[in-house]
Amino acid sequence: MAEWICRTLRDGGLEGEHAPALTINHTITCSLGFFVFDHILSQLSSFIHSQKSQSSGIVLVAFSRSPLYYEQLLKSKGYNVSASTWFKVLDCYTDPLGWKSKLANSGRIANDSLGSSVTVKLCKNDLDELFSLILHRGKELSVDGKGRFMVAIDSVSEMLRHASVSSVASLLSELRSHGQVSSLFWLIHSDLHETRATAALEYISSMKATVAVQPMDGLSGNSASLSLMQNNLKRGKFSVHVKCRNGLVKTMVEELNVENSTINFTPFSTEGEVISQSLVPKVQFNLQLSEKERNDRAKVVLPFEHQGDGKNIQIYDGRKSLNESKGDSEQTCFEKEDSGRGEIIYFHDSDDEMPDSDEDPDDDLDI
Amino acid sequence: MLLLKSKTLIEKSKPPNYCIINYQRNQRNYHSIRAVMANALPSNLLDESLGGSSGGGRMILVEDCVETSGAFVVHHLLKRALNSHSSDAVVFLSFSHPLSHYDRVLRKMGCNLSVQRDNKRLLFLDMLALDHLDRNRGKTSEDILIALYGEIQKAVEISRSHEARHHITVVIDDVSLMEVDANGSSDLVLDFLRYCCSLTAQFGCSLIALNHGDVYSTVDQPNLLLQLEYLADIVIKIEPLATGLAKDVHGQLTVTNRNLRVDSGKSRSRIHNFQFRIKDNSVEYFYPGSKT
Repeated sequence: MAEWICRTLRDGGLEGEHAPALTINHTITCSLGFFVFDHILSQLSSFIHSQKSQSSGIVLVAFSRSPLYYEQLLKSKGYNVSASTWFKVLDCYTDPLGWKSKLANSGRIANDSLGSSVTVKLCKNDLDELFSLILHRGKELSVDGKGRFMVAIDSVSEMLRHASVSSVASLLSELRSHGQVSSLFWLIHSDLHETRATAALEYISSMKATVAVQPMDGLSGNSASLSLMQNNLKRGKFSVHVKCRNGLVKTMVEELNVENSTINFTPFSTEGEVISQSLVPKVQFNLQLSEKERNDRAKVVLPFEHQGDGKNIQIYDGRKSLNESKGDSEQTCFEKEDSGRGEIIYFHDSDDEMPDSDEDPDDDLDI
Repeated sequence: MLLLKSKTLIEKSKPPNYCIINYQRNQRNYHSIRAVMANALPSNLLDESLGGSSGGGRMILVEDCVETSGAFVVHHLLKRALNSHSSDAVVFLSFSHPLSHYDRVLRKMGCNLSVQRDNKRLLFLDMLALDHLDRNRGKTSEDILIALYGEIQKAVEISRSHEARHHITVVIDDVSLMEVDANGSSDLVLDFLRYCCSLTAQFGCSLIALNHGDVYSTVDQPNLLLQLEYLADIVIKIEPLATGLAKDVHGQLTVTNRNLRVDSGKSRSRIHNFQFRIKDNSVEYFYPGSKT
């Protein structure tokens, strides 16, 4: 499913349609959205690098992490982006408010520039300049300046600190509707904003991916909460809502697992057996069931009415011998003896009767 | 001790050339043993959970509350940064106590802050002093924080230009008092901390900030607390015991390493929880139930 999202962003929108836009949503309890963002960025980079995409490149607007971080990330995947023609960064991380340039101009600090990224100074509540810069960097990605490009925004939450919801929503809408933007995706920390702000941005996007805490069986105690926290740092539930053209909203769910800095997506399993097994307290007696024990448990026929396969259910009451053949012959003997005596014929009409407090609730037992 | 032994060898042995060679060999042994000892510092559970000696390029957030103060963690991290076996430097931004307070506390732990300051290994910015950063000249809070950031970056640049300085740590004590200083503007405080965080990427520094969780947890949207937790690579939470007060155990520490990228391939635990007991000159850390 994550691969499907990457392919959708790679292919872009059809002619006359707005570009597909993805919101990646997470909270502090399971903040694996950063990994999802990095994974999608790496996948799209591989498509562009191997020329499997019609887009000429990616413009990354970096708010939460330094451009150097992304250079190192893509370098670890085998792409040298420091002098690349298909990856441009707008650095809104180093000096978003112009403090460093102010200090450098007054000679109080040295004027250092980091790599080939363009440092952006944000204006409060005015994102027009940012929009122009994104388009300008996008045009640099193609020879004639008319090629399509993808846009990735590191963290819209950071943008919302400096600008209003309407300004940010307006910027994203303009990017989506611009002819040269083939697709865009962004990350948002939903617990930092009001519900209406997050909802407004989700409405603008065509796909919403949420990283949430994986549901687990209820456990109590300090060690259990620590295990939960530990689990949430590595695993999560990845659910995607996709708005189809016909108006239908499709939902897909996967499990995501981060191990050794790599992310894996697996089909979502409703049972938390694997997780609960690892959380069973380590004691000296065996609390697990083997395969044979599980099968035997499933075969046990309970002594209730209408259970089993219609045969008489023989329940060991502690008085019969362990030798089955002897027991059977004795039973046959008993039956023969009983046939000569009086019988009680009882017709079951328990279905018609209402439950009565005088009745024995154990009447349905076949003992 | 080895140096003294080699001197006695010089005095006792007859051929002067033989003495000099032996002396030099012993001196090399002495320095190599000293280097090994420098790397094998006594570590406790807190050091082990933080991982690595100096851990450059990361932000550590220390969150405490009224019942359990996190000051001892700041003192420990400060002492670790001013380790006599390294040449790292510290820029300490204090909004709560003057230098004399920290000097008194760290002396009991075996670290002399006055000497470190004279050796240019510690730059102490006392924000309690009114004339610091021309605060009484009617400047806005933003200008004051910009100027303060300028001082910090300048100190980091000067320290880095010093050949022997390997790592710089910026310590802020504490964030809630900084907000008081900024006339209640948490946005400005967050902007300032983000700029300090950018130093970790640009210069490979470490940033340690102390914040009070209970100051922000009662507001409708604990925004500053959450923002800092998103920024931090390591969060150290100091809380009282869930079961109440105890004589031998003063509280519990939860160290969460949120930066999954710094994984050398070993499947280390990301969360460490242990208890502590504060003594006169040191702090004892132990796992629950293992206190003897």
